Amino acid sequence: MNVGAYVDRHAQTLVGSIGRVADAPVAFLMTMTVIGIAVALPLCLFVFLQNARQAMAGWNDAFELSVYLTKSTTPTRTREVAAQIRSRDDVANVRVILAPQALAEFRRYSGFGDALDALQENPLPNTLVVTPTPAASTAAGTAALRRALRAVPDVDQVQLDTQWVQRLIAIVDLLRRVVWLAAGLLGLGVALIVGNTIRLDIQNRRAEIEVMKLVGASDGFARRPFLYSGFWYGFGGGALALLLVAVAVAWVSAPVSRLAHLYGSGFSLTGIGVEAGAVVLLSSSLLGWLGAWIAATQHIRAINPS
Amino acid sequence: MIHFDQVYKRYPSGREALAGVSFRIERGDLTFLTGHSGAGKSSILKLIALIERPTRGRVTVADRSTATIRPRAIPLFRRGIGVVFQDNKLLVDRPVADNVALPLIIAGVPRKEIDKRVRAALDQVGLLGKERNRPTELSAGEQQRVGIARAVVAKPPLLIADEPTGNLDPDLAVEIMRLFKRFSDVGVTIVIATHDVHLVDRFDARRIVLGDGRVAAETPR
Ligand SMILES: Nc1ncnc2c1ncn2[C@@H]1O[C@H](COP(=O)(O)OP(=O)(O)OP(=O)(O)O)[C@@H](O)[C@H]1O
Ligand SMILES: [Mg+2]
Repeated sequence: MNVGAYVDRHAQTLVGSIGRVADAPVAFLMTMTVIGIAVALPLCLFVFLQNARQAMAGWNDAFELSVYLTKSTTPTRTREVAAQIRSRDDVANVRVILAPQALAEFRRYSGFGDALDALQENPLPNTLVVTPTPAASTAAGTAALRRALRAVPDVDQVQLDTQWVQRLIAIVDLLRRVVWLAAGLLGLGVALIVGNTIRLDIQNRRAEIEVMKLVGASDGFARRPFLYSGFWYGFGGGALALLLVAVAVAWVSAPVSRLAHLYGSGFSLTGIGVEAGAVVLLSSSLLGWLGAWIAATQHIRAINPS
Repeated sequence: MIHFDQVYKRYPSGREALAGVSFRIERGDLTFLTGHSGAGKSSILKLIALIERPTRGRVTVADRSTATIRPRAIPLFRRGIGVVFQDNKLLVDRPVADNVALPLIIAGVPRKEIDKRVRAALDQVGLLGKERNRPTELSAGEQQRVGIARAVVAKPPLLIADEPTGNLDPDLAVEIMRLFKRFSDVGVTIVIATHDVHLVDRFDARRIVLGDGRVAAETPR
């Protein structure tokens, strides 16, 4: 058989399989929708996490340690300690907040002004706000820095306000694994759904397959149109999933932007992106093909003319 | 072309359909396989087309013992045999042209060539102009002729037919048999299973009569 005829045959069956699909549009749409939803679920989670990571990337800069000095530390000594800390390799910046200044800020923001007036003296210590370098802005880095700062003379307490950010990042990383797991399971589901649909399709076309085998068709030849059907199922389902995700993103995008604005962030939701979209389309098509291949190979072999 | 040597066929049900059948059919012969219902005519054709395998004995087709043909090689083997069925076995949702083209598509014949050969085959059975019709739009005789066109389109050296005139009126049956005779005249080996003795009598052809799974009579020999 020459190459031209081979390509011709493939083109014929590829187009022919669209015709088959068009024969039973309702069944096709049903299967496609099921696949679309199955693919859309992990995809939505993926988009959510992708955005969460992006949003939290900004928060890394906000890693700060509050260093409270002992009550007896003088403003001069406070500045000396600040300079000493600033000279460390893992420290990007040190801000000095002297006690009266801290009290003024607290009075302004807390609303406890009257209560503070009742106090004899300023309860707040001199404070240093230490920003680690980006390289040190990790769980281990900030913990080490915190230990080191505690050992500095005249330092009373060191507080890390942003531990929860790290916990959140850890959770997101965990969820990313969950996404892969879900994607794997649902991918398997897609192959099974297509496989089952193809199995039914083969049963309906049993007589036709028998005739083809009688006039000399190999199993591979009889299988080919079903492989293309599987491909179209996967492709259609993947395309539907992308559409669903795009709609979902568009739907929540405006409220998210408003929320981000309230928090003074310019963050806005990003969709799935062209590259990831192509990967989704390709893999769902391949899964459809694979599911069809497994089902067709098995069930066509079992059909023998009598 | 075909050689049966002490062939037995026992179906899983336990029924012994063939019990020691031996005969030889030469290249280019037109042979009628007759006998009462259940005599084993269809079983013999199934053994020739490798739809079934013999329980015992040797079946040789085109100088090849069918026992040596592995399942993977069956499709290629069948492309050398044209088969006509009593119930046509046409694809009812495809036009006539597609039905006839099937063996050529399977064999990987180029597109342009397919159209030409399909038209030639339909011309031989007198159905030119019906290419775009569905089989269901044709009469029983016309459908049977589509089945014959499909069997001969790839020019196989061997043609087997199981009750090709089974549900046709006598005139139509004679017409179909004449068609087979014409193919036989150009050198195709043909085996036709039929219980219609009167029809067979009208043709000067070799006859193998089966009875209870054995060759009861053979003419001429
Ligand atoms: N697949 C099968 N399983 C079990 N028994 C079978 C099978 N096919 C045929 N038989 C039996 O084998 C015997 C011969 O059958 P076969 O079909 O060869 O006869 P036949 O001569 O073609 O008959 P008819 O003229 O009715 O078509 C019959 O008794 C039939 O019941
Ligand atoms: Mg029979």
